[in-house]
Parts: sequence; structure tokens; C-alpha cells
Amino acid sequence: MDRDTIRTMLRDMLRARAFEEAAAQAYAQGEIAGFLHLYPGEEAVAVGVLHAAEPGDYVVSTYREHVHALVRGIPAAAIFAELLGKKTGVSGGMGGSMHLFDRERRFLGGYAIVGETFPIALGAAYAVAYRQLPEAVLCFFGDGAVNQGTFHESLNMAALWRLPILLVCENNRYQIGTEIHRHSAVTEIYKRACGYGIPAEKVDGMDVLAVHEATRRALARVRAGEGPQFLEMETYRFRGHSMADPGSYRPTVEVQAYEANDPIAATLRGVEFHYPSADELGSGHDCIQGFCDHCCQEGHLDEAALARLRQEVADEIAAARDFARQSPAPSMDDAWAALLRNRRYDRLFEEQAP
Amino acid sequence: MTTMRYWQALNRALDAEMAEDDAVLLLGEDVGLYGGTYRVSEGLLAKYGEWRVRDTPISENSFTGLGVGAAMLGLRPVVEIMTINFALLAMDAIVNMAAKIPFMSGGQFPMPLTVRMPGGVARQLGAQHSQRLEAMFLGVPGLRIVVPATPQDAYWQLRQAIRSDDPILVLEHELLYFTEGEVDENLPAPPLHQAICRRAGTDLTCISYSRMVSVAEAAAEQLAKDGIAMEIIDLRSLNPVDWDRCMHSVEKTHRALILAEDPRFGGVSGELTATLQERCFYWLDAPIGRLAGLDIPTPFNGALEAASIPRVADVVTAAKALLSPDKER
Repeated sequence: MDRDTIRTMLRDMLRARAFEEAAAQAYAQGEIAGFLHLYPGEEAVAVGVLHAAEPGDYVVSTYREHVHALVRGIPAAAIFAELLGKKTGVSGGMGGSMHLFDRERRFLGGYAIVGETFPIALGAAYAVAYRQLPEAVLCFFGDGAVNQGTFHESLNMAALWRLPILLVCENNRYQIGTEIHRHSAVTEIYKRACGYGIPAEKVDGMDVLAVHEATRRALARVRAGEGPQFLEMETYRFRGHSMADPGSYRPTVEVQAYEANDPIAATLRGVEFHYPSADELGSGHDCIQGFCDHCCQEGHLDEAALARLRQEVADEIAAARDFARQSPAPSMDDAWAALLRNRRYDRLFEEQAP
Repeated sequence: MTTMRYWQALNRALDAEMAEDDAVLLLGEDVGLYGGTYRVSEGLLAKYGEWRVRDTPISENSFTGLGVGAAMLGLRPVVEIMTINFALLAMDAIVNMAAKIPFMSGGQFPMPLTVRMPGGVARQLGAQHSQRLEAMFLGVPGLRIVVPATPQDAYWQLRQAIRSDDPILVLEHELLYFTEGEVDENLPAPPLHQAICRRAGTDLTCISYSRMVSVAEAAAEQLAKDGIAMEIIDLRSLNPVDWDRCMHSVEKTHRALILAEDPRFGGVSGELTATLQERCFYWLDAPIGRLAGLDIPTPFNGALEAASIPRVADVVTAAKALLSPDKER
């Protein structure tokens, strides 16, 4: 992999972490209402997968989708504004945190009913296959979603008609508070796909390079007409299910063990020679320390460059938050316009005036 | 002008839209090789091929959701759900996806999805296959619902639904599929949601839809023999409702009888009655009458089944009661 790609992925991981932490802060300060599901810990999945995809590919995601949207290229400001329900939000303030949509970037939405991403992706892939286009459809979902009926229904149809879908399971081991051994009879999720004859692979979801490589290979098979492919990303969310969830059902030792394997830290250790600051140690970044003795060997980045990168990212996210704060709220007229937009050419009751 | 059956009119409508636009495709159980359980898609697989006429597994939620996803990419899917009873398995796709995506995306995504399904009490199909669930969809902003009562309307309204960029449910009726009527494929269609006066009258207005329109028509014939002229408004659409045409009629007759096949409690008739009462109160000479199905799962026994929904005699009695409220109550 070339150095630019590695640097870009590192930048996106830092952006992802910074964005989500800023969102958490805004929530804590009462600026964001409703549900807020954050991604820290899982960044390697979104970044690795989406950097291995083409801009023409379609993305279908869940309610934990800010980072998918961000890495997909939706401006941080438009996402942040949506979290605040502003008119300038990517969904015009009508969607919110769980419903980011961007037609131009082929981001087909965040869905807040578990298991909905499967049929949406199925339909998008059906359209692509019917039109004989080269695109793939990327379908994200969590470990909890594999017990929904739509998982089985959709995988069956995707395999039956050999549709161009890449199924990406973000297995963070918890469906809200229920640990995987308590929600699934077969906990190696990739094996479920085998029941439908879909090639499946388990990937270290904390290693962005492994994620990128597995995705690149799987997408090549999708584009070669081999039908749906399945990747199980083993990952972990550092926070609770949502901001309303302290995550107290998880043993501290488990959380710490995964934090020691922080995907951002893992990427950093591949590119920099860096001793964490006291602040970073305090915020759980001490996982870097144990590994940094061999990091400098790669030499992709020096400490000064990394500091610049962190500053750029911090500035970008701060600007996004400011933009969101200063943006106007949508009006009820805007809401009606969103609802009625698609019937603007329809005559409902009256004949057209001659 | 040709005489054809309701299912044939739907078939002609599908064929016409598929011929004109290759974005139109059909999905559903047995729509292809089998030709549709009510023959609605007969002959279309041979003509358009399996990518446009797709036999699906028995997976209502996901193949309806497939229609939603395909519509987001610009196709115009027509999903057939074999009966409305199975639509309960696709409520997530219809209510949470199709009805919400255009709005939640801030209007970015059109949803040119048509979902067709028959409902209603037919001939002793049992409680699970005799439901009228239209009221469940009424309370879902973002959905449009049409209820064609005649072959001509079936032809027009299905074509218009396919051309619309909103998600539209076309609620057919199992007993209407084999009814006959005149269909003129060249006649310009009235607007999709416009109500139609099926029979003019001066004494009272019966407002109905789908199969119950024919029950109203039979009752009107009997009432005419007693010198009572009942006007019949066929709503043709349940969302949106053409209130203006209902009001114009009631303004003239001063009496309204709502006739619906679905259960009375929480049903369509309640919404129609409430809104018309608000809008027409000062024109009314009697409280709005309401005839609807009994609040009971449909019995299998034929006689009980027939008695569980409004019959012609019930409409006649209700109409007379409306005209002489003191005597008949």
C-alpha cells in the first residue's frame, strides 16, 4: 500500500475519532438531543472498507453511521448540522443522527430499525445488476442484526440472483447490552453466510490494513460477478450503545483489553514514533506505549507531521461544530416541502387548467 | 372501449407501463411463471424476462424492501403482495422504509414504488385471509392509498401509481378481480385521487370505496323503488381523500352515510365521519350514518361471514333510518 493511502486512512481515523468525541461533548452539553450512537473503537472498519471501495459504489448503513458518512466524503459540517437538526444538515434537519442521506455521494442512508440495511442493499444491488453497471453495494450491519428475518431473507435472494453486495458485519460483540454468547447460537457470524453459499471471511476489525485488504479482495470478487461476499469484522465499541447507555454491563477488564488494541493506536504504531502525552494516557491511549518501540521503523510520518495532522483534524471538526451551531433551523414549511417534494408534478384531485 | 375483467385491466396497465418505461419491473410471489395468483401478471414474464418480472421467495419484508432500495436507484418497482394479510410481514418495509425515506432524506430520494395487494372478505377464506387492513396504513404519513372499484379505475389508477414518485399502495379486492366492466385505454384519466359520483341523487349521499361501492349501487336501486334517491360517491382514494367532492354532495343532500367494509372500531369510516362532521355540520339534517364491518375476526361459516360486513339490506335500512331518524331508531 502506498504511503499516501496510509496517511489518508490515518487522517480519516483521526477525523472519525475527533468527530465522535465532539458529538459526545455536544450531546453532554445539551446541543444534541435524541439518540446518539458513537463509533469510537470501530474506526478501522469504516475507514478500511470505504477506502477500498470506489466512489461509484453505494453505501447502506445503520444508526451508527456518522463515520461511514464522514469517510464517504460527506462534509463534517453537514453531518454535524444534521446532528443538531439544522437546515444545513445533510438531510435538511429531517433525519437526525440516525438518518444521514446523501444522494450525490450514493450514501443511501442510515437506518434505525435493526436489519433494514439488508433489503435496501438488496434493492440497490438488484437495480445495479438489472442495469448491468459495474458498481457494488456496501451493506453495513452489526452482530445483533444477523438474527433478524431480513438477514436470512435478503442473503438468500442476494445469493440466488448473484447480486453485487458486500456484506460487512461490524461485530462489536454486543446488541446494546446483550453479549454475543447470549444472543447467538453460532457466534462466529461469518459462518451464517455459508448457509446461503456466500463466501465469508473473518477479519481483524481493529487492523485497518487487514480490513482494507480483505475488502479489496472481496470487492474484486463482487465486481467479477461472483455474487455477494461477506466479511465479519471483529471490532469493539469503546462507548456504550448510545449516549444514554453507560455500558456498565461490560467488564472493565474487557473494555481495557480492547482499548489496548485501539485501531487508531494500531495504525499510529505503524506510522510514527510517538510517546503518548499525559492527556492521551489519561484518555485511554496508553495502548500506544507498549508498541511504539518498533513503530518508527516504518517511517511514514514523523512526530511533527502527526502533530500537524492532529491540529488540522481538530480545526476541521471545531469548524464543523461552529457551522452547525450557527446554521438556521428548518421551518415547518421546509418539513412539508420534504414530504411533498415528490408529488410536485402530480395532480391529486383537480384536472389541470387548460 | 372493451369489456374486460378487473384483473385484465390491471394486467393491461402493467403491460402498458412496462412497454413504455424499462425502469418498471414486477416483484412478488408467483408473479412470473405462474402469472400471478389472480392472473394479474399473466404473460408478462415471457414478454419482459425474469429481471423485470421476478418470482421471489416467500420473504415479504425483504422483497418489498428490495423494491424500496431499487426505487432509490431510480427503478419503478411494482411489488405484488399476494394478499394484504401478508403485508403485515412487510410493514417494516412499507411503513419504516418506503414512507419515511423521502422525508427523512430531506426530499433527496423519490420513492417511485407501487405496492399492489388485494384484501377484503372473499368467499370463506377464514379469518387470516379475509382482512381489511387499510386503516393500518391510513395513519402513516408519506403513503398514498388508492382503492379502485372498477376495471377502468384499476387500469387508470395503477398506471398513475406507477408513474408517481411517491410510494403508493394500490388496494385491490379479491371479489373484484373477476368482475367485468368497460375499459377505454385511450380515455384520459381523471386525477389519481379524485372522487367520482357513481350515481346522482338528492336525498342522501353514500360515501364508499372499493367493493362496497357495488353494494351501495344495489341498495340505491332498491331505494329508488321506494322513491329515495341516494347519491353515491366512490372515494377511489383513501389518502389523500377528496373532501371537496364529498362536501359538495353533502351540501346538496344534507345527509351522509359512510359505508366501509373494514371493522367499525378504529376503521376508515371513523376518520371519514369525523372529518365530514367537522366540515359539513351546519348542512346536515341528521347525524352522519356509519355502516362498517363488525368488530370480529371473520368467521369461516358462510352465513356468518356474510353477516360480518355490510350487506345491501343493511344499507337500505340505514339509508331509510337516516331519512326518518325518529321513526326508524
